[in-house]
Order: sequence, then C-alpha cells, then structure tokens
Amino acid sequence: MKIIVNGEEKDVAATTVTGLLSELKIRSPEQVAIELNGDILDRNAYEQTAVKEGDQLEFIYFMGGGHDAY
Amino acid sequence: MLHYLNIERQILDAMVNHARATAPVEACGILSGEGPYVMDIHIMTNGDNSPDHFSLLPEEQFAVAKAIRANGEKMLAVYHSHPETPARPSDEDRRLAFAPGIVHIIISLADPREPVVKGFLLDDGEVVPVSLLISRSVRQAQDGMVKA
Repeated sequence: MKIIVNGEEKDVAATTVTGLLSELKIRSPEQVAIELNGDILDRNAYEQTAVKEGDQLEFIYFMGGGHDAY
Repeated sequence: MLHYLNIERQILDAMVNHARATAPVEACGILSGEGPYVMDIHIMTNGDNSPDHFSLLPEEQFAVAKAIRANGEKMLAVYHSHPETPARPSDEDRRLAFAPGIVHIIISLADPREPVVKGFLLDDGEVVPVSLLISRSVRQAQDGMVKA
C-alpha cells in the first residue's frame, strides 16, 4: 500500500498508525505528533486509526525544554 | 550529523531580537536550510508562554515543516532562549530532545548587553557542542566568493 509520509512516498504493510510507527522504526514514537490528511490526530487514537492507500501523513517530534534554576 | 552551522548575521540578529522581545518569557523557533547552511528563520509561539519552559505548538510546527519542504530545505535547528541563565542545555533540554540530528541553539540573555548564542547536539542525552559560523551571507559562504 502506498502512502505519503513527510512528503515521501512509502510502500507499507501497516494498517494502523501505531503499526506504521513501528514499521518505519520511528524513534521515541510516544513523542511524535501526527497529522493525517490535514487533521492532527489525538495521540490516544493512534492504535485505532486506520491507514489507507493514498493517505498523507506528517510526523513531527515534540519540541520543548526549559532552563534549570542555577 | 552536523558539527557546525553557517548562519547569516541577519538570522543571528533575528534570533537575538526575538529573544529580547519575548523576555522574560522564553522565545523559540526553527532554522532551516541546506546541509550546514541556514537559509531561513521561522519564529514560533512558545506554547508554554513561560519564563522557564518552552514548547512548540504542533499546529505551527506542521505548517512550518511543510513550508520548509516546499522550499526544498530541511529543518536544521530549533532555538530557544534562556532569559536569565547561561547558554547551556538544561536537564530538561536534554531530556526533551527527541528529534535526532537536530541542532539545539540556546540564546542566553543572562547579560542583556552581551547575549551569548551556542549550539549543541543533544542526541541520546549527550551534549555535543556545535560551532556556529556567522557570515555576512550564507549564499556567499556557499559560493566561496564575495559579491558587492
């Protein structure tokens, strides 16, 4: 099944978003936010969200930080 | 793996100005370009709106990621400010550095008259300094020639 991930075509077997994260060997998958066909997915819905032929996905890593008290 | 970034003076100044304008809240943003050459700055909203923490808003990050790709560039660095502390990665900075290969730039305003800007790779909890080479024009640095 062909899908687009971050602008690149991928041929994958996964049928859910969780399966896709695993198949693509995404590091720290729990810190990845995902947009599916323009909609940001609820992190708790990755397991139940189906991936279909032609879907367009964007993966981004959570980015944050802070400073310590010195 | 990038061990240095080449940054135009104009982009460095834009980061420092953003940090100053946002203080005492931490400022944050993204730098994009090709290889070690930073071509663009993307000023982002600090979703935490805090003097101690920052986080990028996913909706802004998705939009910027697509714009960077449309320009034929890559995300090279994420920057944030430390309004009152030194330009070194905090424990939280290291713990929350999930994106592999991204340079983390910290702008310290601890001395407001002399901002300090430093770069680091924070993959796997390790802190590896990244040199920031400041030039008048990245395009000139790429060409290896000076234009009028």
